[in-house]
Amino acid sequence: MNTPQVLPRAITRPMRPHVPRVTSSIFKHLLLVVVGVVVAYPFYFMVTSSLKEFFEATQVPPTLFPTALHPENYAEVWSKQPWGRFFANTLFIAGVSVVGEIVIAVLAAYAFAQMRFRGKNVLFALVLATYMMPGEATLIPNFVMMSKAPPGVSPFFPIPRLNLYDTYAAQILPFLASAFSIFLLRQQFLSIPQELRDAARIDGAGHVRFLWSIVLPISVPALVTVAIISFYASWNSFQWPFIVTSSEAVRPVQVALNAFSAEAGSHYHLLMAAASLVVAPIVLLYLVGQRFLVQGVARTGIRG
Amino acid sequence: MSGGAIAITERAASRRRRGLIENAQAYLFLIPAIAFLGLFKILPAFYAIYISFFRWDIIQGAFRGLDNYFDILWQNSTRSQAFWQALSTTFTYAAITVPIEMALALIVAYVLFQKLAGRDFYRTIYYLPYVTSTVAAASAFLWIFHPQYGIANQMLGVFGISPLRWFQEPDGVFQMLGNAAGLAVPDWAAGPSLALVGVAIFSIWHFLGFQILIFLGGLGNIPVEYYEAAKLDGASQWQLFRRITLPLLSPQIFFVFTIASIGVLRAFNEIFVLTNGGPLDTTRTITLLLFKTFFQQGQIGLGSAMGVLLTLIILAFTLIQFRVLERRVTYS
Repeated sequence: MNTPQVLPRAITRPMRPHVPRVTSSIFKHLLLVVVGVVVAYPFYFMVTSSLKEFFEATQVPPTLFPTALHPENYAEVWSKQPWGRFFANTLFIAGVSVVGEIVIAVLAAYAFAQMRFRGKNVLFALVLATYMMPGEATLIPNFVMMSKAPPGVSPFFPIPRLNLYDTYAAQILPFLASAFSIFLLRQQFLSIPQELRDAARIDGAGHVRFLWSIVLPISVPALVTVAIISFYASWNSFQWPFIVTSSEAVRPVQVALNAFSAEAGSHYHLLMAAASLVVAPIVLLYLVGQRFLVQGVARTGIRG
Repeated sequence: MSGGAIAITERAASRRRRGLIENAQAYLFLIPAIAFLGLFKILPAFYAIYISFFRWDIIQGAFRGLDNYFDILWQNSTRSQAFWQALSTTFTYAAITVPIEMALALIVAYVLFQKLAGRDFYRTIYYLPYVTSTVAAASAFLWIFHPQYGIANQMLGVFGISPLRWFQEPDGVFQMLGNAAGLAVPDWAAGPSLALVGVAIFSIWHFLGFQILIFLGGLGNIPVEYYEAAKLDGASQWQLFRRITLPLLSPQIFFVFTIASIGVLRAFNEIFVLTNGGPLDTTRTITLLLFKTFFQQGQIGLGSAMGVLLTLIILAFTLIQFRVLERRVTYS
């Protein structure tokens, strides 16, 4: 035995041979692969079904891989509905939401993290309270606010009527200020050393310049995290736009996909093609920005 | 002397001036956030309560006081029955989903945390459902679990099990198991409908990655020295997990438990797409009932009362979570 004497226990318990370690790592991989296959299968199913031809898609038992690829399914789906319009709608809504949310959150987070003012704790508690308020609490009143005041009812009191039903604004405005983003950025801005602020002040920089030329450049990862999470939430949002829109002109992709599932009926190779189209951009964004999304979720724990 | 005093008052004045400017600037920075949060989050919370006090069918009607609440809770037999059934369905759904999801996520995270080839690849796959839109993923699930064409039934067929109706099956799972074994199961023991179990399967699939992610973060915080010391003392794998990992991971376990419970209480999109509350209302949770009442029946006052009740339940969970997390922060 050439086991060193400093580890007496290692002598009394013989060193574990290599074989069990390998089998245990095989078991681990087996578990991870099985879970991985189950998790990934719906995506595989979605994409392969979207490339099958009608009869093959409903064949029993289903084929694991299409016998012939039919990418023209995508062209057919595209021609059945104004998907270009739906994607443009969602991109526009998501884009404006992301930019607006970041601007508003940066300003508020900076004030909470780096400025001294009266009523800071009260205002911060107020923001905290909105973070705890679930969407179910505000769903109905927000819907009432978005609708038009019926004849004879004041559009201001007791409930303001914004008359924004079936518009982009109705899909954007309620999400512009997000307590979640304010928290995340405040955390980031709090971590900026006081010396930096002091140095900037000595150089005569006010808050606006300090924020613009020092704080923002070193906070880019946190900003990207907020942007990605906000974009993702906007892209996947379904219930609210389903409630406050009716026309195709402002309809986002998720609502369009839901409507298309009724139209597609048993032509589910077409439905899967549409679903793949709707999922593809967000999956690509995830693969590119995985690091930022993971950081943001790990730090704050959101659940979509 | 007097010159010094003037200098001091001047300095104090300038400090006060600076303070005033900073105050004004801070408020300016906060105006957009407070305005939007106020208009779309804070005021609506009060409006929800206000609306719930009225008969409000599409347009505002007579003041009813707490009658909407009484109707939902016991006065109106149809409504109260629907409400309590929905509440029971919601908690059953939570009871199926949350423990299985957490156990699975914990096991996978524990294995994934060890040094293994391809870790990042597995992780990328596991997180994928979490970012996928519910509408798209649920429509794929509808076909995977289709009674006639779905691959799920094909797989069951391999084991000699006859095809199931999955999202269209209102029968309880225990009842079905009993029938298969030739036992008569009483109604109270019928269990959740297979459709609800199907929704739970979807939910577990959708959120598993999120929980794995949180657990991985927690595992990363546990000092390696603890494991090394325990290994030197001859601790087995199971002992390492039981005595070190579980206790030190308890904050994350608790966090995931409350977040998952709240998520399940709030679940709407997946149920809407997969079953729309059916079959025979066996998957009609509170959120679905609220949506039906408010959006399809136009009963805005009643729906609002339901929303307030649901909010109270969710807030209770949130407050417990904040309390416990706060305590953890102050102790550590």
